[in-house]
Amino acid sequence: MSSESTSMPQAPSLGRYRVQVASRSVAAIGGGYVLAAMSAAAGALGFQLMGLSRPDATLAATMLSFVLYAIAAMWAFGCASAGRAWSGIGLPAVVLGVLTWWLMRGGQA
Amino acid sequence: MRIDGKPEGLRQSMSWLHTWSGLVLGWLLYAVFFTGTLSFFRDEIDDWMRPELHRSVASAETAQLGLDAMQKLAPNATTWTLSLPNARQTAIEASWREPGAAAGRAGTSRATLDAGTGERIEHRETRGGNFLYRFHFELYAMPRIWGRWIVGFATMLMFVAIISGVITHKKIFTDFFTFRPRKGQRSWLDAHNATAVLALPFHILITFSGLLLLMNLLMPWGIQAAYNGDTGAYFSEMRGNRQAAGGGQGAGGRAQAEPGQHAPLASIAPLLAQAQQQWPRHGVGSITVNAPGTARATIELREGGGSSLVNRGASSTLLFDGVSGASRQPHEALAVSWPRATSNVFTSLHLGRFAEPAVRWLLFLSGVVGTLMAATGMVLWVVKRLPERRKLGYTPKGHRFVEVLNVGSIAGLSVATAAYFWFNRLIPVELAGRGDWEIRGFFTVWLLCLLHPLLRAPRQAWREQMAVAALLFALLPVLNPLTGGASLAQSLAHSQWSIAGFDLMMMALAVIHGVIVWWLARPQAAARPAAKAGVRKSTGEQKSGVLATRESGTAAGTAAGVAGASMALEKST
Repeated sequence: MSSESTSMPQAPSLGRYRVQVASRSVAAIGGGYVLAAMSAAAGALGFQLMGLSRPDATLAATMLSFVLYAIAAMWAFGCASAGRAWSGIGLPAVVLGVLTWWLMRGGQA
Repeated sequence: MRIDGKPEGLRQSMSWLHTWSGLVLGWLLYAVFFTGTLSFFRDEIDDWMRPELHRSVASAETAQLGLDAMQKLAPNATTWTLSLPNARQTAIEASWREPGAAAGRAGTSRATLDAGTGERIEHRETRGGNFLYRFHFELYAMPRIWGRWIVGFATMLMFVAIISGVITHKKIFTDFFTFRPRKGQRSWLDAHNATAVLALPFHILITFSGLLLLMNLLMPWGIQAAYNGDTGAYFSEMRGNRQAAGGGQGAGGRAQAEPGQHAPLASIAPLLAQAQQQWPRHGVGSITVNAPGTARATIELREGGGSSLVNRGASSTLLFDGVSGASRQPHEALAVSWPRATSNVFTSLHLGRFAEPAVRWLLFLSGVVGTLMAATGMVLWVVKRLPERRKLGYTPKGHRFVEVLNVGSIAGLSVATAAYFWFNRLIPVELAGRGDWEIRGFFTVWLLCLLHPLLRAPRQAWREQMAVAALLFALLPVLNPLTGGASLAQSLAHSQWSIAGFDLMMMALAVIHGVIVWWLARPQAAARPAAKAGVRKSTGEQKSGVLATRESGTAAGTAAGVAGASMALEKST
């Protein structure tokens, strides 16, 4: 791009800023997707325990996962730092992942 | 997201996110919105693009004529389905299955029948409205799955852009009533806000339901977990229930396929009268005859929903004995669960299923407003950077790039779409593969429109392309009767609403584009007041935009500048 060479007295933060944007973007797009996928999986299994039939539980969980994806994407850019963006998305994803694993095991046992 | 790392409120960061996510896939979303909006009239476009069908005028005899024709056309078929003419379709679309035919679509034979005579109509080869419809979620010239992923991803970003846009505008309702015309950037911002808020429920509906329509591709993990990856089992459980809810369609068909003794089919008129009583609003949409010509024949009438998708979803049906015409009891409908009801409502609205003409036009107009929202957003991106450009004394390449692409992707798509309809009538009927040539023509014109603004000043490029689009759209209703179609006077007189509707829609599009041309041609329009407004406002903008200006040229950097600039604007009001 053309204008990077224009006057830039306070440049030090620029590199960091770009890393921040890139990091948050990956958290939003990639991390958000993983979180949504985990919620779809956990919900598809978990909603069955709440009385929904198997296809209904799957459908409901998949629909809700898109809402969660959008919330995650906004969280990634709305919170104070890239670190918090990652932890705010990563932790629930891990929790839901463990829940999915537990439910899948529970279903077989 | 401030470059200096200072803390900022939720609204500032959402404003950044809105600009950024909006820009990245804005052009694609514009094209999706544009072609998707036209797809609300897919059937109408299909009818118009096959002028051979325009002489087909429905009468009270149409259903009987169609069944008689099928007797000659496919006497041995195991099943006939006749989709009857309605407000969106002027001819009978017949399909049937020969004994021993392959399963699914491959084994289905099709024909178009004249609604006034029952004769088979040979029409020109064209992809019709289906091309625009497919393009809006699969793009073109790439594997379908890729296209769906790309559009699905863009839809996701759009969903985020809408929600973050709502958060950005805490004064969302006052903004809606605020329009400050001829104030350059302000006016663009107001227009963007007004179009966004006006159809906000529609935008949320259309993006979310778009995601739902692609969800099994985009988000298969629920199925993976609950069905251990057996997608087929999920679909069959889904379908199993839907079939029960739909009144047991197809329950009789295949089992009765073996030849029984010959028996004439019952007269259809009394059955139609009975159905008409049952469904006074919609009447009969389609007729399915199972095992025609045998003693075991059944006739199933399906309620018309004003759409060609009558065979899907849960429209009600009436079942009759095919020989005696006696009524048979269809299966009891099952209650629909809430997740399925939610999904059905969203997706049916997206597809315009069962939409009455008024609802369809409302969906179409919402689509137009959404298209304008996308367009004003893209233009706003450029207009907001005019002061910065003036300050620099030259146009950064990134700005010029966005500017050129804006003209080509917004105005150019209009020109290309109009040209697509022109090619439909100008390419010789007998040319081999003419359907593909129509599409090649579409993309050639679009490409030329992307190149044209490289040679012209932006304003001139806008004006010229919009003028060409207005002219091409306006003349389509004239071209129609000259190339074998029914004129507007004829189609209105014969109540062929699909054909008349298309011509009227083209006139509406011509008016929209004409208004833009007129507006661009006004001596004091946007550019100059924008300059003044920009200079006046720039004191406020400079403060918050300084950091971003340094990095101008990269999308992210300038987008961050907008967040700051728009905040400054809001404060200064």
